[in-house]
Amino acid sequence: MSYKTDSISEIGLQFFGKISSSNFHEIKNVLAIINETAGLLEDFSLMAEQGVPVGPERMKDLSSKIMKQVRRADGIVRSINRFSHSVDKPTDQVDIAEFLTFMIGLSERFAAMQGVTLKAQPSDIPLLITTAPFLLENLVWLCLDFAMKVAGAGKTVGLAAEKAENNGVRIRFTNLDGLTESLISTFPKEREKALPDALQAEITTDIGAKEMILRLPGDITVNSNQ
Amino acid sequence: MRVLLVDDEKELVSTLAERLSFRGIDAEWTTSGAQALKLLETEVFDIAVLDMKLPKMSGLELKKEIQAKMPAMKFIFMTGHGSGDDFRAGTAETGVDYYLIKPVKIEALIERMKEVLRKN
Repeated sequence: MSYKTDSISEIGLQFFGKISSSNFHEIKNVLAIINETAGLLEDFSLMAEQGVPVGPERMKDLSSKIMKQVRRADGIVRSINRFSHSVDKPTDQVDIAEFLTFMIGLSERFAAMQGVTLKAQPSDIPLLITTAPFLLENLVWLCLDFAMKVAGAGKTVGLAAEKAENNGVRIRFTNLDGLTESLISTFPKEREKALPDALQAEITTDIGAKEMILRLPGDITVNSNQ
Repeated sequence: MRVLLVDDEKELVSTLAERLSFRGIDAEWTTSGAQALKLLETEVFDIAVLDMKLPKMSGLELKKEIQAKMPAMKFIFMTGHGSGDDFRAGTAETGVDYYLIKPVKIEALIERMKEVLRKN
């Protein structure tokens, strides 16, 4: 049996798998911390039964650690839930400033593994565009992945969104100290170029300014038969 | 038994170390490969329990670095993979003989550590 796939579907599935598994790993870490902290509480309870004094402050501290991890897990689940639902509509209105914060949350584990910090510059105004949410997540992730690889010694990648011509938006990936001509030529890969094409987006780089710019139009139309 | 625990989740390793100490096991912890290697310059351990996915230097890379200096050191890996099958599929032929899937039962960890030290 054979079947045809287009590059956007292939890249999209890989991206979906990568983000999902990374976030599920993160949830496993949270569960492991809750498991150990609850175990320590149990240890203290057993000690108390045997007459070893246990300070109430320590018990309170351990309870608050568990609650903190529950909030962390809730945040991860909310993110992964929003991410999963981004395939529901071919196009939708997206506030790019808020979207960048969401993308940083989804990518945090990858950044931490590379010792990189992702920092979004807040925007004073909403930056609304109509676009394909899942394809945009995929394209911004590819840009982020590349940006993390070329982050300089400071290892902090800045993300800033601003209004552009024709109601569009520009996303700047800054502090890319390791940006070189040869590295620029590797991104995006040939098959990945289908994504900016589908989103009618444009990626440019500026070695002098150590930044990459992703330009997005204010509105796109997706032909679902394509 | 002296154990070195390495995981970038500080809350996890510090709590695990404390629980092991209640069970008579001397455990030290660090949150990165670099810190672990530094600690190993001055301290001796029987076994290292390493997270697979450490920042900058993975658990497997750290194992290789430690083994080059301390060939007798034994290792157990902890992983956030969904299942043992999932983990084995991703780590075939990487030299991971002993692993535990998070969240780990402390009794299972202690049993596994004893088993590893006994076998070797």
